[in-house]
Amino acid sequence: MSEATLQPATPSAAMIRTLGILSTICGVLIVSAYQITLEPVAANKKIALERAVFKVIPGAHSVKEFDATSAGIQPAGAIVPEGAVKFYAAYDQAGALKGIAAEGAGKGYADTVRVMYAYDPARQVITGIGVVSMRETPGIGDKITTDPAFLKNFVALDVKLAADLKALANAVKTVKHGSKQNAWEIDAISGATVTSKAVGKGINASAQKLLPLLVPHLDKLQGGK
Amino acid sequence: MAASSLNHGQKQPTNMEEFMEGIWKQNPTFVMVLGMCPTLAVTVSAMNAISMGLATTFVLVASALLVSLVRNIVPSQVRIAAYILIIATFVTVVDYAIQAISLAVYDALGAFIQLIVVNCIILGRAEAHAAKNPPTRAAINAVGMGIGFTIGLFALGSVREILGAGKLFGIALFGPDFQPWVVMVLPPGGFFVLASWLLLFNWLDSRKAAKAQTEEGRIHA
Repeated sequence: MSEATLQPATPSAAMIRTLGILSTICGVLIVSAYQITLEPVAANKKIALERAVFKVIPGAHSVKEFDATSAGIQPAGAIVPEGAVKFYAAYDQAGALKGIAAEGAGKGYADTVRVMYAYDPARQVITGIGVVSMRETPGIGDKITTDPAFLKNFVALDVKLAADLKALANAVKTVKHGSKQNAWEIDAISGATVTSKAVGKGINASAQKLLPLLVPHLDKLQGGK
Repeated sequence: MAASSLNHGQKQPTNMEEFMEGIWKQNPTFVMVLGMCPTLAVTVSAMNAISMGLATTFVLVASALLVSLVRNIVPSQVRIAAYILIIATFVTVVDYAIQAISLAVYDALGAFIQLIVVNCIILGRAEAHAAKNPPTRAAINAVGMGIGFTIGLFALGSVREILGAGKLFGIALFGPDFQPWVVMVLPPGGFFVLASWLLLFNWLDSRKAAKAQTEEGRIHA
């Protein structure tokens, strides 16, 4: 420290020049790192997405990303139309529609719980869920991925649309442990009610928005390999 | 080595001493107790600990090298800005690199990768060592510090994963009947395990000091 104060005064131009040169070098480094990793990162993200979708739709072979809007559905492009809801259509090896996956998010105990759910258009039910991200308490909230009784809720969770196709006939709801009576109710994990409710709310919010837009146009997704 | 590298002031340390400084004498985690934010936050598993350690080591070595290279042309009035710029650059590089290598690791480490920018070990090394030493010495010292930090993180991460999840590197160790000690992977567990390690290190240290004293006494007597 004392050496610095004893040094002769540095001209301002020298300081600015040094910082300028350093910034340029650093800028080049950052931009090249970005360019080099751009492709592998995109590939990784695609694999991660496929893995998440394949987990909830077993037997799927390829995934396509779509946007659903009030004007219909279209393959996701660079520009996301206003009010669009993103979903993924999964196809088997022969190119037949295997199922539809979408993401829902609800506020959990620690942070937002993001879940991927699989929708079976033929039966109008949810057939599986997987957690995309969560920061719930290990051993308590994170049971939503392992608890067999909880996962049984999502073997055939009813998300039928009402007759006017504007909303779900029955909103998906998380109920207290042991009081599930209807096919659209989720039986909460005892001791992890907040996290269970986050899953229910996330699915409900997403399905209420997506399914009315999606169901009238389901035929467009068939055989779209 | 143990006797020579403590407070030897003017004498130039050898490359080996320079390297060992971070691993033992000035271990960032156990002796200097620096960089506690990632140390406590990401050490919930051995894998996380090692990834974080390696990412920090890369930034540490690369920035020490560059800081040392430009040490004679950066006016001291703007040196902190220059160091932070250099460190932030390498953190950004490492951020992209981890995303390219594994998104799972990237998600597990979360915001703590970006927070390497403000890791005091790195700025501390730049200011206290790299800015005063030629590139080779700076790099050797930084590698030692990085490995020392990784060892520190691994010491915490492995213990917390074993106790808190009954696993090591994701492999179950105790069979299905083991009831994990969940608190160990929660924030309090980080403090417990860190405290236990510090206790052990300080006990070893004081025992060594006591031993050295009695030996000295014997020689003088």
